[in-house]
Amino acid sequence: MSALELTVGPLMFLWSPERIADYYAAIAASPDVSRVYLGEVVCGKRSPLTVEPLLLAEEALTKAGKAVVWASQALPATPREARSVRELAEASALLEVNDVAALASLPKGAAFVAGPMLNLYNQSAVAALAARGCRRICANVELSLEAIAAIAKACPQVEIELFAYGRLPLALSGRCYHARAHKAHKDGCLFVCETDPDGMIVRTVDGEPFLAVNGIQTLSYGVHLADAEVGRLAAAGVKALRISPHTGDVHSVLAAFGAFVRGDLDGAGLRAAVTATRPPGPLINGYLYGRAGMLTVAER
Amino acid sequence: MGSIELVCPAGSPPMLRAAVEAGADSVYCGLRDETNARNFPGLNFSPAEMNEAVAFARDHGAKVLVAINTFARAGADETWRQSVDTAVAAGAHAVIVADIGVLSYARQAYPDLRLHLSVQAAANSAEAIAFYAESFGVRRVVLPRVMTAPEIATLVKATSVELEAFVFGGLCVMAEGRCALSSYATGRSPNLSGVCSPPEAVSFETDANGLTPRLAGVAIDRFGAHEAAGYPTLCKGRFEAMGETSYLFEDPVSLNAMAVLRDLRSAGVKAIKVEGRQRGKTYVRRVAAAFRGAIDALDAGRDCEPFARMLTDLAEGGRETEGAYKRKWR
Repeated sequence: MSALELTVGPLMFLWSPERIADYYAAIAASPDVSRVYLGEVVCGKRSPLTVEPLLLAEEALTKAGKAVVWASQALPATPREARSVRELAEASALLEVNDVAALASLPKGAAFVAGPMLNLYNQSAVAALAARGCRRICANVELSLEAIAAIAKACPQVEIELFAYGRLPLALSGRCYHARAHKAHKDGCLFVCETDPDGMIVRTVDGEPFLAVNGIQTLSYGVHLADAEVGRLAAAGVKALRISPHTGDVHSVLAAFGAFVRGDLDGAGLRAAVTATRPPGPLINGYLYGRAGMLTVAER
Repeated sequence: MGSIELVCPAGSPPMLRAAVEAGADSVYCGLRDETNARNFPGLNFSPAEMNEAVAFARDHGAKVLVAINTFARAGADETWRQSVDTAVAAGAHAVIVADIGVLSYARQAYPDLRLHLSVQAAANSAEAIAFYAESFGVRRVVLPRVMTAPEIATLVKATSVELEAFVFGGLCVMAEGRCALSSYATGRSPNLSGVCSPPEAVSFETDANGLTPRLAGVAIDRFGAHEAAGYPTLCKGRFEAMGETSYLFEDPVSLNAMAVLRDLRSAGVKAIKVEGRQRGKTYVRRVAAAFRGAIDALDAGRDCEPFARMLTDLAEGGRETEGAYKRKWR
């Protein structure tokens, strides 16, 4: 059994150029990461601010021997966003597709990765996209390991990546909730989302933290951790684990996952090591076992 | 310019008859299982009822569109395929589908079957629509409720596929089919199970602070003594961000887009849709009649404004919005 691959998913938040540079320098230095997804997947308005730092990151990552895959926006809504997706689709050797709009622009037969924000829930859907060039899916976060195993079994030609660390991308809207919370509209947002590099905390009326808002996107407050035993992940057909960018001690998170995929840490060890890095929220994993996503359940 | 087709909901055979008698051109309904996105107890149609519904509609010059619009469960596609088979056997005018897997099956098994793309697929661009049209021969797309009226007008020009737009009823503030908030709290969601904020996860608690509706234990709102409490749909509750408690995602309002009906019609939108299969025959009779009147008025060159006021009391929480059709919503 070959070891699980480690990847880093696209940055979902609006970070400063300095933070972007620091983060990807850490990724470039990690011996365990083999593939990195780059691109603005949440809001096209941010692209002018992030494109240069991300291009610099691509350079550093490529130099360090990492494969770079560009990722398309999850809900392109304006003509400018549609154009960006089209240009990215036409220019990329291997694109991560996060909205079906990008599929229409891909050259016939071009290889692509289906991102976690694409609605692929079963083997028939994955098979239909495999016939169009889909080589890998990063499973939709709602899918359980059992569902993933059924897909893997029926579609052995498609590699499966698992969203393994980070706040879960739960919802997309036409409305910007960052702007709304700041009493503004999306068109005049002043990029207020930049003030929350892991998302803006949303609490219930009981004062319990529950969700995190990131522009038009809503994420979980809890930090999802795929802490099932490596053998079980592999049995479900998982080939790669995806780390989603957050602030904090990225070196230690990467080191913990590196030890986990090499078999030096078990699921409980991974949980302990990641907890020690003080992630932005409590570690959760309910979706893996077909339960509510916000729950933390012991492996069963 | 032709008229605009009025598509109304039917959660039961009596509701279907009421919709047709009140002037719906088409009625959409689902089978009594997890293959449709209103999988609530006591709703929907058995295969035999579906047969009768199609016959009744046909006798009255109306069409039946069968919603098979959830995402097939991995390893259990057979149930969704059977629903397509049942709809075809009943003689449905079209099936409304969201899942690429179900679309793929329907196209292969029934090359002539008319396919409508469900709002749950949230196709909001010419490119997304082109993908579904080229891959599966989709003939009509139900648009997500996150688009402005001018954007819809632009989209009509950019595609040859028919477009259908929601004009009345509950309003998803998230892009439909792109929201897992419900399963995050409860384990069940529209995409996974055809339900949002499912009733079995709901509880109400009263204490000195007021009435607190909860979903899987999570407080979704809190009502004072003089406030009317609504159903705790997750995205429509009150939450706190930046030290302020508010309807962060959406106010408890429902959509009434009659004011933009003229714009949608002139833009070339083919059909308008009313939400609410769960709301019964009285609701559908009134909404269908009002929109029938409005469409007929527009067709005759008259104003449809008088019809807008006929429905105000039906809104959730008594308040209405034109939603994303107006740009400031964003």
